[in-house]
Amino acid sequence: MADPAEVAQAAAATSPGSRAPSVYEDVLAGIGNTPLVGIQSLSPNPSVRLFAKLEGANPTGSVKDRIAVALVDDLEARGLLGPGKVLLESSSGNTAIALALVALRRHYPLTVVMADNVSPERRTLVRAFGARIVDSPGSLGSNGAIQKAREMARQDSRYALADQYGNEVNSRAHEVSTGPEILAQCPDVDVFVAGLGTSGTLMGVARYLRREKPGVKIIAAEPLPGAGVQGLRSLEDGFVPEIFDPDLLDRKLLISNREAVLGVRALLAREGIFAGLSSGAILVAARRVARDMEGATVVALLPDGGWKYLSAGIFSANIDIVEEELESQVTAW
Amino acid sequence: MSRVHIPQVLRPAADGAKVVDVEAPTVGAVVDALVEQHPALGDRLRSPDGELHRFVNVYLNGEDVRYLDGLDTRVGPDDEVRLLPAIAGG
Repeated sequence: MADPAEVAQAAAATSPGSRAPSVYEDVLAGIGNTPLVGIQSLSPNPSVRLFAKLEGANPTGSVKDRIAVALVDDLEARGLLGPGKVLLESSSGNTAIALALVALRRHYPLTVVMADNVSPERRTLVRAFGARIVDSPGSLGSNGAIQKAREMARQDSRYALADQYGNEVNSRAHEVSTGPEILAQCPDVDVFVAGLGTSGTLMGVARYLRREKPGVKIIAAEPLPGAGVQGLRSLEDGFVPEIFDPDLLDRKLLISNREAVLGVRALLAREGIFAGLSSGAILVAARRVARDMEGATVVALLPDGGWKYLSAGIFSANIDIVEEELESQVTAW
Repeated sequence: MSRVHIPQVLRPAADGAKVVDVEAPTVGAVVDALVEQHPALGDRLRSPDGELHRFVNVYLNGEDVRYLDGLDTRVGPDDEVRLLPAIAGG
């Protein structure tokens, strides 16, 4: 285990004053290489060191930038995306925004299917990057948006479906970027905690770490969906992404919206980290794991910044009111 | 008694119940007891081989039981069991 003083020294060596500024060919090349920062005041156990990987530092503000480029590259390489085609995806927000950036840079029209109850910031951002939104019923949640996008792709051959849930390129993007970054930044990592949405981050990082540092525990934090977005017609409408391999996880923890909001507030108040709702849930999961460990190093991946959640009041409004409102929203995972 | 939370999508098969209290020593026995009280839940939760469907998740105090001892996971009297359909995000 690294000495906290050494960590601080290493951090000082890479402080803005001593590091050459990075110059990239274009905005897409600026994706990844996000900071890993200590969040020790949030560790429930003095013998456990806690770090956060800040994916909000990516160009569109979320971890999804990593997979958006990979998905578009893959469609192009397979000859499925080119002139005359329309890129299509379903998303609760971050993937839509990330794909909108890539589509803009590569000159493709993009259509995203989004539940009609996602926060207004996400719609505004998608449109600002020039993409078109097709609504799906909010009561059917993300699963309803996935079904609709797949149906649209089947019916109209102009659409090229990015398919973050079914395309292994999603997890591979993390296997070749997020995983190596984490091990390089934190060779002592014993536990990796991330959110389970498409499962891409967890699958990719798990594959990399299992190969390069066997024994690292892989922990998933999963949202407890609000009653307002569970309105599936039948249990069989439950959806497990094709890329999800349950054997790559060691534990899966269910985190409520209320806990996630409290986690987000703790990140901001105690460590000055302005993060989104799922980051709060991931912190809660990391703390729960840290409580029962001895002398371990835990890395939690925080998927996005807090910007898209301001209207939901997660930073300031009365917790009971926020909780009630989140019950009927598709939250961004 | 442990409390079992029934998701909205399964409530019609459970006579509208949101929460059902059952006395059972394992997760598998909890599912058995639930199905005994509400037979319509049977094939909604389990495939013919008796295993839980892939798109059904069962949590004991917020932990997916697949990563504990599955249907053999011990359930204490004050434990909370939650059934949920698999929901993706992204």
